[in-house]
Amino acid sequence: MTNEQRGEVVKVSGPLVQARGLAGVRMYEMVRVGDARLFGEVIEIRGEVVSIQVYEETEGIGPGQPVFRTGQPLSVELGPGLIRSIYDGVQRPLDKLVEQCGAFILRGAEAPALDRSVEWDFVPVAKTGDNVVAGDVLGTVKESVIVVHKIMVPPDIPEATVKKIAPVKGNVDTVVAVLETAQGTREVRMAQSWPVRMPRPVKSKMPPQVPLVTGQRVIDMFFPLTKGGTACVPGPFGSGKTVVQHQLAKWSDVDIVVYVGCGERGNEMTDVLMEFPHLKDPKTGQPLMERTVLVANTSNMPVAAREASVFTGITIAEYFRDMGYSVALMADSTSRWAEAMREMSGRLEEMPGEEGYPAYMGSRIAAFYERSGYVKCLGSDDREGTLSLIGAVSPAGGDFSDPVTQATLRVVKVFWGLDANLAYSRHFPAINWLTSYSLYQQTVDSYCNAHLHADWEKNRKRAMALLQREAELEELVRLVGLDALGAGDRMTLQVARTIREDFLHQNAFDDLDTYTSLPKQFALLKLILHYEDEARAALDAGVQLNALLNLPELEKIAGAHLIPENEIDRIDAIREEITKAVAALPRY
Amino acid sequence: MATREYRTARQIIGPLLMVEGVEGITYGELTDIKLEDGSIRRGRVLEVSGDKAVVQVFEGTSNMDPGTLTVKFLGKPQEIGVSEDMLGRVFDGGGRPIDGGPNIIPEKWVNINGNPMNPYARDFPNEFIQTGVSTIDLLNTLVRGQKLPIFSASGLPHSRLAAQVARQATTLKSGEKFCVVFAAMGITFEEAEFFQADFRRTGAIERAVLFINLADDPPIERIAIPRIALTTAEFLAYEKDMHVLVILTDLTNYCEALREISAARKEVPGRRGYPGYLYTDLSTIYERAGRIKGRTGSVTQIPVLTMPEDDKTHPIPDLTGYITEGQIILSRAIHGQGIYPPVDVLPSLSRLKNKGIGEGRTREDHANVMNQLYAAYARGKNAKELAVVLGESALSEIDLLYVRFADAFEDRFIRQGEEENRTIFESLELGWQLLAMLPRTELKRIREEYIDKYLPKQETTA
Repeated sequence: MTNEQRGEVVKVSGPLVQARGLAGVRMYEMVRVGDARLFGEVIEIRGEVVSIQVYEETEGIGPGQPVFRTGQPLSVELGPGLIRSIYDGVQRPLDKLVEQCGAFILRGAEAPALDRSVEWDFVPVAKTGDNVVAGDVLGTVKESVIVVHKIMVPPDIPEATVKKIAPVKGNVDTVVAVLETAQGTREVRMAQSWPVRMPRPVKSKMPPQVPLVTGQRVIDMFFPLTKGGTACVPGPFGSGKTVVQHQLAKWSDVDIVVYVGCGERGNEMTDVLMEFPHLKDPKTGQPLMERTVLVANTSNMPVAAREASVFTGITIAEYFRDMGYSVALMADSTSRWAEAMREMSGRLEEMPGEEGYPAYMGSRIAAFYERSGYVKCLGSDDREGTLSLIGAVSPAGGDFSDPVTQATLRVVKVFWGLDANLAYSRHFPAINWLTSYSLYQQTVDSYCNAHLHADWEKNRKRAMALLQREAELEELVRLVGLDALGAGDRMTLQVARTIREDFLHQNAFDDLDTYTSLPKQFALLKLILHYEDEARAALDAGVQLNALLNLPELEKIAGAHLIPENEIDRIDAIREEITKAVAALPRY
Repeated sequence: MATREYRTARQIIGPLLMVEGVEGITYGELTDIKLEDGSIRRGRVLEVSGDKAVVQVFEGTSNMDPGTLTVKFLGKPQEIGVSEDMLGRVFDGGGRPIDGGPNIIPEKWVNINGNPMNPYARDFPNEFIQTGVSTIDLLNTLVRGQKLPIFSASGLPHSRLAAQVARQATTLKSGEKFCVVFAAMGITFEEAEFFQADFRRTGAIERAVLFINLADDPPIERIAIPRIALTTAEFLAYEKDMHVLVILTDLTNYCEALREISAARKEVPGRRGYPGYLYTDLSTIYERAGRIKGRTGSVTQIPVLTMPEDDKTHPIPDLTGYITEGQIILSRAIHGQGIYPPVDVLPSLSRLKNKGIGEGRTREDHANVMNQLYAAYARGKNAKELAVVLGESALSEIDLLYVRFADAFEDRFIRQGEEENRTIFESLELGWQLLAMLPRTELKRIREEYIDKYLPKQETTA
């Protein structure tokens, strides 16, 4: 940049640097700090003194060193090449950094977010002379075996006429079209950039309608999420937050997954990197990596970049949503993001709110989740896209009264509360069915009633009532012992246990169990409820309780979740067997 | 650059020294502080603002008179000289030898803060480490590159367990270079002596590097000591191809030193007065465990911490649990029964165990046996609780069997001698013997073929 404007460092305290002499600098503008030219972002302006959060370790920075303005806010580069990438919190490609500086991330390392050495084939959709508006698709690039990347008219060009457009092969800097706008001609390149803290515009937002199928039985059946919806997964350590997030990233029926590892373990990101290329997307049969973008800012990487990482992730996700795709973003964990806010706030000496978190934490969290939605995208073709957000929360001490959990619960519609006691008894996913909720339940019920089976809602409600009743009965058993219960209540306990062990419990590490389609989920639940119907009828007819509780066919129910997806008929066959077996029991 | 020596120290607040009128000072810089009597203490710049610098003094500020100090800024971050010759030696919290031996001639100088490992360059930890302790090997398997802390409490034998692991840890492969880096933070002389004597007695000291900061040594040194130890470990692992086991004890003392500095700086406190950045700070220690693609060596960490009031939700164990890949929890109740090592099996966890076990790593039936033992022990414990409320007569026959199983499990499986080094195969054998107490139909989590193959034949029903 020519004619650089220079300021001067006056104070360094960890990741916070204060500088003066940067007249005209704007809030959230990117600056380069010190002789090492570290990346930083302006987060406070007080008269002459500007506070900057620096995205790299500030060792060796001191008063008197220069600060340079860039004139740009923190932005991400958007274009072909995002899929399959792994970025840090400020969109530096981690694979390129390994080539550049080895196994450890050195300060000042830099690499373009999109690889310039890769050439893409641009296929025009628009023609010369067409009138286009913001968001219209100019052409496409085949980005991966699954993803067709749409090159759109940037949102800041309200309307224009296509002056020149042609098929072209080149890297992301290649000009693919020339537009004639009211302000003069504009070249459109394959890649665009967008400031991360500004939501990308849409035409309109609509309430989510369609369930987001995750293949996880407890989620899809009892606490469903919608495409465009928001969910949070709070839980103490060891309760399986990350496994739930990984499962959703693997099996959600969306087009694009953006996975943000925010302040979490390095080995977990390695796990994703090693596993995803080998897993197949159940919808397309292609490796999962072909639809995935990873953002990894592990806990030991600079804290300011961690704060930026969720914004980097969501801006990438919004960009794919704007193409008309269904996108899901997993953020693991939003508590680390809130802690990064707290750390910067503390260094700015702001008045703290609850537990030292800044007073604006709640509104930041709310604004983040509000970037989700089911939307009509910009552009004249009225295409629709969805962006679903799933945030893990790591409450201090596993206590859900923690400010981050509470601030999150105020905005999200689905709550999957993880329970340490379930995890200790090795019941996974450890989602507590008594405390969790989904505000999309009605929407999803009516969708599933119409599209899958008219009994969907009825069966779900019946199963949930059994689980609730079980909790009450267990209290009773603790006081008076099992023998004091009547046969009907004993049967309730038995059926509820079957629902817990053979339906809710799901092994993420078993090839057959890790994903269950909606029709199979319905069949499994129907099977268990069928057993209840038959057993209760038999009880009334004088069959002994013990004979029903120890029915050998129960083992077949227990094994039913391992029946492959293409043999769902076998589940119906088990139903018949149960009818027969119960009918054969002696009646007194 | 202007003069780098100042006699302008103005204030001393706890471990911090404020120096005024400085110029060209940078954040994180190392300093030498010369006292009136000529002795020199080390410090590090924690904050610079205009012409004022805040210096954290490692050896403490006692006996310092600001008016007489000369503060020299060295223009470089804190570094340690590392060398393979450090094996077999004992150092203090500043990296100076205290075993009476000669100084180390460094092969290179390295910044003790290290750099974050690129997640893309990491190799996934999946090689089994045999510690010889059944509750770890079979149930909470440790793998190379993992960080698996021991959550203990005052009065529990965590030191003995840590020493036993350090002594016995090995892999099933042969011909690999293995060593231990041990860092003691604020532990008592007796504890430190126990470790040193134990290492000497068994000859383990030949393949160990020890860093010792005792309870009466300056607390501020405890901030640097885990980083010095890990820098040494990384050097030995990634440049000398060794498999390094790092034992850090006791992290609770480390966190308290951190809190002391934070309080002296009047920072806004987070939970229980610990600084808001405690998570980030701890992660810069724990995350230095790992393996790197294409390199032989590895860094495995076993940090030890004592939970204040045995409380797992205290910020130190809580934040640790969020960073580390599992935890081994010691239990006062089991200790009270006279069982060593008093590992509380049910809440203990190794997140990476599934990656390190099974055919080719340990044995094909490992995962099944592990799950079955867990399930059976959990059921036995539940039955015992019920028996306390309702009396043993309220238990069904099968529940009674589980109660007996749980007792035997604690007595024979959890309990083992301090010198008893069980191979994973011995542990598996023991597991099978215990499972044989239960009817075969109860072994639902084990595949039929393994039951046929491994279940002891003589006593199929108890």
